[in-house]
Amino acid sequence: MAVIKTTNLTRKFGDLTAVDNLNIEIPEGEIFGLVGPDGAGKTTTMRLLTGILDPTAGEGWVYGRHIVKEAETLKDNIAYMSQRFGLYEDLTVIENINFYADIYCVPDSERAAKIEKLLGFSNLTPFKERLAGRLSGGMKQKLGLACALIHTPKVLFLDEPTNGVDPVSRRDFWRILHNLLKEKVTIFYSTSYLDEAERCKRVGLIHKGRLLRCDTPEEIKKETGTKSLEEAFVSIIGEYESAKSV
Amino acid sequence: MNLKRVRAIANKEYIQIIRDPRSLALGLLIPVILIVLFGYALSLDIKDVPLAIWDQDNTKASVDFILNFKNSEYFRIIGYYDNYRNLERLLNYGRTMMVLVLPKDFSRYLYSNQSVPVQLILDGSDSNTATIALGYAQSVVQQYNDKLFRKSSQTNLVNSQPISLDQRVWFNQDFESKNFIVPGLIAIIMMIIAALLTSLTVAREWERGTMEQLISTPVRSSELIIGKFLPYFAIGMIDLVISVILGRFVFFVPLRGSLIQLFIMSALFLTGALSLGIFISTVAKSQLMASQMAILTSFLPTFLLSGFTYEIFNMPQAVQAVTYLIPARYFIKILRGIYLKDIGMFELWPEATCLMVFSVLMSRLAIHKFKKKIL
Ligand SMILES: Nc1ncnc2c1ncn2[C@@H]1O[C@H](COP(=O)(O)OP(=O)(O)OP(=O)(O)O)[C@@H](O)[C@H]1O
Ligand SMILES: [Mg+2]
Repeated sequence: MAVIKTTNLTRKFGDLTAVDNLNIEIPEGEIFGLVGPDGAGKTTTMRLLTGILDPTAGEGWVYGRHIVKEAETLKDNIAYMSQRFGLYEDLTVIENINFYADIYCVPDSERAAKIEKLLGFSNLTPFKERLAGRLSGGMKQKLGLACALIHTPKVLFLDEPTNGVDPVSRRDFWRILHNLLKEKVTIFYSTSYLDEAERCKRVGLIHKGRLLRCDTPEEIKKETGTKSLEEAFVSIIGEYESAKSV
Repeated sequence: MNLKRVRAIANKEYIQIIRDPRSLALGLLIPVILIVLFGYALSLDIKDVPLAIWDQDNTKASVDFILNFKNSEYFRIIGYYDNYRNLERLLNYGRTMMVLVLPKDFSRYLYSNQSVPVQLILDGSDSNTATIALGYAQSVVQQYNDKLFRKSSQTNLVNSQPISLDQRVWFNQDFESKNFIVPGLIAIIMMIIAALLTSLTVAREWERGTMEQLISTPVRSSELIIGKFLPYFAIGMIDLVISVILGRFVFFVPLRGSLIQLFIMSALFLTGALSLGIFISTVAKSQLMASQMAILTSFLPTFLLSGFTYEIFNMPQAVQAVTYLIPARYFIKILRGIYLKDIGMFELWPEATCLMVFSVLMSRLAIHKFKKKIL
């Protein structure tokens, strides 16, 4: 059964269609990469799937919950890391984590061990008492991930989480993601880095709100006869644009 | 509703307030500044209340009595007159604020153990100043009376109130029920602080992007709003305490009524005002917009239409009708009742009911209107 499923999911902003008849199905335990140029509709898709934005048309389910009718119970099972840093810069690392632990009602008995594990994983332990606003870009993103994982979500939505993050923190980040996949967490990942897209089980190429291709990186490259995802995407978008102008 | 989440939000908000000196300053200094500002404006006005005198007796006793006004820093004697026409003109043109008329038989009365009726005519158009000026006049007379009475063993005086003030207020007959400024200020302060600070705190979360994160969690609108509400409620109540204390010492406004009733009514009003702030922030998602809307919808109407600055009965009929929609109107009436006249809930229940309706409606509306959605 698909953990994430949409049928003709559409979101318009006035005349602009930010997400256009999106149909995707993502099975449990998969890491799915949503790739596309700026303004393609990645963030809008994330917001629709996390129940914080209502679609104009179409439907979607995440972990069996309808994204509009059951938007609130849906939120019990997911975690979302927005593209913009969404934690409190005037709170310390540990205060932010504790805050989200409270919000998700993480039992006190599990809390200490969990926090220790998450801080250890992300190498944030020495910075526990530092204000989040004083962290480097990479550390901020790892803190965001730690807060997102405090309640052991079933589905994880990450919107360009490694944008502007140094290579070392990026490696930390991906190590955590791989561990999550072992625990059958489903990850919906948007990125503009194609080397990251390469690491996803399947990728969807979105452009002007439309999902142009959705397959494994190998299959996409084979199909377009290219050696890298970058070339493949350039060719797919080029094809789409020329077909439209005819 | 999950109390743990409410506590988490309240605690987070508390930490943020403590760490942001600006919002703390806004919350705690505004009341001090406003009260001191109004306090000084008033006390400057009433240092030298112009006083015109007609001493019909002109004896040692009457001159001695007048001396008490002359020596008081609160009055400035602008002259001595001997007919009503002149005095009337002075009052009409605003050349004097107070007129004192000592009767022909002043000293005779005084030594015959009868109360001397001294006439005091007051220009009541500037009601706040007039109220305070009258208070000073009364205390000067009281002191004089006490002094005479203490010496009564020598003078064989048995009347404890040798001088009785016969007060007449011109231009503003209902002067007695006139407001003091402090009760009005309390309403204004609470409204600004509450509506402005809460609308800012929600708008700030939208602006900084922390709200997007927060609304993707299972936290409920009601938990979020109540959690945000609590620390600001505390600030509002602290402001009330500051206002009452400053009012007592800057304005010398005694609190005649029940302190408990004052706090209960203020809590009710505060709940409505805080909810209004949250309601504003559901529309205005930037701090600039939120603060402008807060000033427009809370501060201005409260300042102009609640009866604080302008008397409601002097307003045009249509504007008077509008004032019924201003919650501060009821709150100020309650405050004045409690403050000045020691009248309680029993007499003020219509106003208390209006406040109740306001805060219940407003808080329901805020929770209902607050959507955990980006748009
Ligand atoms: N609230 C909004 N109101 C109006 N237009 C919007 C809104 N949000 C997004 N859009 C528009 O919808 C389109 C898709 O935006 P979206 O943020 O989903 O793109 P994105 O793929 O996340 O881009 P980026 O890589 O820059 O983050 C853009 O053209 C954007 O301008
Ligand atoms: Mg985006």
